[in-house]
Amino acid sequence: MKRIGIDVGGTNTDAVLLDGDRILRSIKTATTSDVTSGIRTAMDHILDGGSSPDAREIRAIMIGTTHFTNAVIERRGLSKVAVIRIGLPAAHSILPMQAWPADLRREVEGPVFMVRGGHEFDGREIVAFDRAHMRQVASEIGASGVTAVAITAVFSPLTAKCEEEAAAIMAEVAPDVSITLSSQLGRIGLIERENATIINSALHSLAGETIAAFKEAIGESGVKAPLYLTQNDGTVMQAAQAARFPVLCFASGPTNSMRGARMLSGLDEAIVLDVGGTTTDAGVLVSGFPREANSKVDIGGVSTFFRMPDVLAIALGGGTIVDETTESIGPASVGYRISEKARVKGGDTLTLTDMAVHAGRMDFGTRSHVDDLPEALVKHVETWIRDRLADLVDRMKTSAADLPVIVVGGGAALVPDALSGVSQVIKVEHAGVANAVGAAMAQVSGECDQIFYDLDRQQALDTARNIAEKRAVEAGADFSTLDVLDIEDVPMAYIPGNPLRVRLRVVGNLSA
Amino acid sequence: MRELEFDELEALAIGAGVLGTGGGNHPHLELMCAQADYERGRRISLIDPQELADDARIAVVCIMGAPLVTKERLPEPDSICRAVRLMEAHCGRPFDAIMSIEIGGENAFFAMLVGMELGLPVVDADTMGRAFPEAQMASFAIRGLSVAPFAIADIRENAMIIAEAENATRVERIGRKTVVELGSIAGTCAAPRSGREVKDHAILNSVSRAIRIGRAVIAAKEAGANPVDAVLAAEKGALLFTGKVQDVNRRTTDGFVRGKATLQGRGDFENRGMEIDFQNEFSVAKLDGRIVACVPDLITVLDEENAEAIGTEVLRYGQRVSVVALPADPIMTSSEGLAVVGPRAFGFDFDYRPFTEQPA
Repeated sequence: MKRIGIDVGGTNTDAVLLDGDRILRSIKTATTSDVTSGIRTAMDHILDGGSSPDAREIRAIMIGTTHFTNAVIERRGLSKVAVIRIGLPAAHSILPMQAWPADLRREVEGPVFMVRGGHEFDGREIVAFDRAHMRQVASEIGASGVTAVAITAVFSPLTAKCEEEAAAIMAEVAPDVSITLSSQLGRIGLIERENATIINSALHSLAGETIAAFKEAIGESGVKAPLYLTQNDGTVMQAAQAARFPVLCFASGPTNSMRGARMLSGLDEAIVLDVGGTTTDAGVLVSGFPREANSKVDIGGVSTFFRMPDVLAIALGGGTIVDETTESIGPASVGYRISEKARVKGGDTLTLTDMAVHAGRMDFGTRSHVDDLPEALVKHVETWIRDRLADLVDRMKTSAADLPVIVVGGGAALVPDALSGVSQVIKVEHAGVANAVGAAMAQVSGECDQIFYDLDRQQALDTARNIAEKRAVEAGADFSTLDVLDIEDVPMAYIPGNPLRVRLRVVGNLSA
Repeated sequence: MRELEFDELEALAIGAGVLGTGGGNHPHLELMCAQADYERGRRISLIDPQELADDARIAVVCIMGAPLVTKERLPEPDSICRAVRLMEAHCGRPFDAIMSIEIGGENAFFAMLVGMELGLPVVDADTMGRAFPEAQMASFAIRGLSVAPFAIADIRENAMIIAEAENATRVERIGRKTVVELGSIAGTCAAPRSGREVKDHAILNSVSRAIRIGRAVIAAKEAGANPVDAVLAAEKGALLFTGKVQDVNRRTTDGFVRGKATLQGRGDFENRGMEIDFQNEFSVAKLDGRIVACVPDLITVLDEENAEAIGTEVLRYGQRVSVVALPADPIMTSSEGLAVVGPRAFGFDFDYRPFTEQPA
């Protein structure tokens, strides 16, 4: 099956054309401010200006993008959101967005409403849902001019009734307002779920425009295949789904680069170093998937429940600036301006890229521009890189045993061929477009997070698996390839009926 | 009596997590409530037990129920306030101060939130010096003081008093059933205690202990030092193990999460294994099959990187952790104490031996 993977990063847009596991063509091009023309350029190259017969054989296009994460981090393109929390007289001791950074809160916070209702863990009502108040809230929101609303009710991942009724009232009273329900984003933990719901609402208009632009650029290329976007767990969702839930695209970048590294190297257990222009990100592959971070994850200063790959970054990249007189290195970087600033490109700044060209490890620009570097400085930089990377690898390891390291990213050539504590440094072909490869290889997942009462553990797990499999197939997975990726079963204390909360995730290949 | 600064509350949150011994988590949500109170200009007054008049009246409070419910309904200090008011009405006399039944986990903070809401000082003491699953495991009960009358209230209009009870275990059982009916979370206020009783029978200065632990962690992190070592140094504790969670087996019986965590060693513990039994809290730690620590000593599992306590409900495969033991209060290791909180009280068939005296 032929497919295209595209990684739309902050600096570069990379694309690959795959036939099964084989890479037919790849390209790295600059990300444009309108996003579309970068994709158009990439598609054009991949399809050989449209003359390639491949265009008709392409079954899927996968896009991984940091666009939405960056929008939150840089506080741009965000809509004001009306926030409804249903749970009074409970759930009022912490107000919505209370712990958000002030600047982001200013950007996003619209009117906030607390409504009586919500459910207990066992499905009983806390108190009756106050429909009359909800109706009044809906008309106030309609009149306020806010275009998006985030609705969160207590225990909605277990009983979504209040949120659904609230949405129906909203739609009736103010039909043009975009609605996100927290139950659609899952998981118990009111504050984190509400945060994700509000962020999702804040991104609704940017997501709509961005994904329409993606579709337009792809439509122009003549490819008729469906468009998918990659999520933080290394799997994809359909474009229409992504337009409604842009928040699920967060942190897909590191995941794609690690999944790409796995495919390019064929290794399931390894450390991945992704060397970019400013930083090197280290992650760990366990059974072919990124190891997840232990702790809760903040996005732009807001805590969410998303599980993210465990990534550690250090200031070491192709653009990292070397001061010839003091011999100090970084953390400043010329970043994406490497092509004008680097010595080998006729610029005035000495960077790690220049050092790698001098050492003969990288072919970039004009080597004679860096012929005259003092030997002592060259040695100093070599040692510095070696020590920093060895330390980074050591911090990611879970045992003293030597592990292989897979090097990807545009600055992969900076990494020496041997590092202490590393069994082998593996440099792969197409290392510069690993993200796009990871996106192209992304699978489809389905999840179940539910509480089961008075079932034995195996029955509960089986039921959860059936639900997760059904969802994966709905999302486009091939049933015969589905496999359990993740199981977490937690019995709950101080509640009768021996409740067992099961979270189970299955993944499989996209059906052809 | 002194006012707590907000950074001391951040330290308290870390320390209360450590003293939670797996039963209480880091009180993130309660800290957010306290922060909102501080922003509104409220302050916590912490009073040393020795400053209490002998006839002062102290409300001993806690939230009773499933931690999971708090994650959705958010902390409900207002339900405890209602229980306190009900107890005052029942006894016909007002309270002079608030005290937490347990310093481990979220309950450390509820006394603070209630103190701010009611404008009363909070006593630098508790009745467990850690977290335990049941009301009879409190120092007052161990010393034979009655837990009844016992007030229970929720956030709606439900409130009741258990006026009399044959013993603390009965209060626990009646309370537990009531709390389930109320959505598995409710505020409680136990029998009023006098200043004299607190000075004689409480675990003294445990709030300060928790703050001290938290400060050690924060200072170590700021200095780039190992925060787990800092906890050990601050509290005469011992490092039992460093490793990775290999498996967690849990089941619920009678509302308790029981189970076992299996850990695989790293670093100095490479090629060694640890098993930890838990019943809501961690109860016994075995290194290569040999007992190295047991209740009532504190066994705590900390995130290896940031020394944040990891509760039994969130422990999962792959976490990199340090297991530490901290000494229990002498009330808990006395013979009356061990009868209620020693290994045999948790169903094990061996006697307590302090972790400091375990053969190397």
